[in-house]
Amino acid sequence: MTDFPTAIAEPGLETASGDQTMILNMGPQHPSTHGVLRLVLEIDGETVVRLKPEIGYLHTGIEKTCEAKFYQQVVPLTDRIDYLCPLTNNLCYCLAVEKLLGLEIPPKAQWMRVLMNELTRINSHLVWLGTHAMDLGAMTVFLYCFREREDVLRFFEMVSGQRMMTSYFRIGGLALEPPLGFFEKVKKFADRFPGNVDEYEGLLTGNPIFMMRTKGVAQLGAEDAIALGACGPTLRASGVDIDLRRDAPYTGYENFKFNVPVRTEGDVFARYLCRVAELRESIGMVQQALAGMPEGPIKADSPKVVLPDREKMKTQMEALIYHFKIITEGFAVPAGEVYQAIESPRGEMGYYVVSDGTAKPYRVHMRGPSYANLQTLSKMCEGELIADVVAAIGSIDVVLGDIDR
Amino acid sequence: MPLAPAITNIEELKSHPALGRLVEWNVSVVEAVKFDRDELTIWIAKESIREVCEILRDFLDCPFNYLADLTCLDWSPSEPRFEVVYHLLSIPTKERVRLKVRLDGSSPAIESVTSVWPSANFYEREVFDLFGVRFTGHPNLKRIMMPDDWEGHPLRKDYPVEGYR
Repeated sequence: MTDFPTAIAEPGLETASGDQTMILNMGPQHPSTHGVLRLVLEIDGETVVRLKPEIGYLHTGIEKTCEAKFYQQVVPLTDRIDYLCPLTNNLCYCLAVEKLLGLEIPPKAQWMRVLMNELTRINSHLVWLGTHAMDLGAMTVFLYCFREREDVLRFFEMVSGQRMMTSYFRIGGLALEPPLGFFEKVKKFADRFPGNVDEYEGLLTGNPIFMMRTKGVAQLGAEDAIALGACGPTLRASGVDIDLRRDAPYTGYENFKFNVPVRTEGDVFARYLCRVAELRESIGMVQQALAGMPEGPIKADSPKVVLPDREKMKTQMEALIYHFKIITEGFAVPAGEVYQAIESPRGEMGYYVVSDGTAKPYRVHMRGPSYANLQTLSKMCEGELIADVVAAIGSIDVVLGDIDR
Repeated sequence: MPLAPAITNIEELKSHPALGRLVEWNVSVVEAVKFDRDELTIWIAKESIREVCEILRDFLDCPFNYLADLTCLDWSPSEPRFEVVYHLLSIPTKERVRLKVRLDGSSPAIESVTSVWPSANFYEREVFDLFGVRFTGHPNLKRIMMPDDWEGHPLRKDYPVEGYR
């Protein structure tokens, strides 16, 4: 991508093809850019000649803030990066620190992590499906998706007390035991959810208007997708078969059976089909997690790292001392570095955590899947119509919190 | 579960495809290696980073064709101050490797790898913006997170976390 002026009306503006084209500014306050994404388009009539994303409007310096916090204090910050899948961020950070510490996580905590992680994927994909369909003019799907999303958010509230900023996964396990009646409620939801997916598909998959807006639009070949760093469903819809849950299993995903939906068309419709198929796979994994949920502790046996239970803390001197020490001094993590990659709803999410042996991380770097996927947008949209840019943005499912951090 | 000690001997780690390929190609580009917590790190000589990336990308047995991440570390006040970190992934074999390049603090600059992976574009801009490391040969080396007229590089260790400078 070469440099070209970003202001709307800059004097002496030079564009690629002389005076035939004009510069159009889209965003950052535009309803279909899913946040504060700004695009600068060079257009020739209705056709996009070049497109350039401008980001940074949501930059909050989370990576810098992490360096001033104890390891356990970083967990709530990770919620705020990708606010549509907070638990995935929690998980990735916790796994990285646990790998640095060499902690072993009890089976129940691992299975709960898979269960909650798949519910998060459903939550994230529902928001994507609803908004993506609404961008293309299908209002009803949005209402249906948010109806089911509400159920998922209620589950988050049940386990953690929060609907969105959950911080439910902690270093060494989980924050709390799931409450009574939680599994039954999830089971009920999991039993009826496939029917809901049929509903969404009934509205969209065979819908001629939706197909016209998506089929053959914003195509991306496999080679381009890899070179431009696409990941997750965006990469899989271009025919590259990779899913870290299957290829580099973490937190017990090796115990689960699931398919990885791959399409070869590489257009908006293929990305839609991939994600909808993932919804079905996720609910299958939720069912498996519910059926096989083991009994046992939810926290690792490591008193210097994991906070003691409230009851123990109130009755046992030793637990009180450990509690006090973890809260006031944190815990030291052996020096080293870890890059932990997991499959978030949007693709490869990586946390690169460097420790210098103290109680605060030396550096935490988040590799956001949206950041990677956004780079493919220019390639996708060149030569397409302006209206298709909206379809393309929706199809790569960017979250600006994840991009700007 | 105690951690296994790190391995730093090149001979012991040759079986890893990335290191094996580099040793076979030109062993002098490898400054140091470390295998710790199941992750391999290779320190590469600064001048040859782009070539090394190309060699690894085009390696037929295990092509590291995907740039998973590119970032930087600031070890201020020690020298060499900066370390640019590349995380590569081989999509066919799912192997991972981490490359590192050490840079001096006075005027840190390194060759861009955008010609190897176009995806490096945003990552290098981010490192330039937040650490002040210049990438020569980058097509559009401008600030990406901070405003264009921002002074300083926020992720450097001598930049305060709170308050004004």
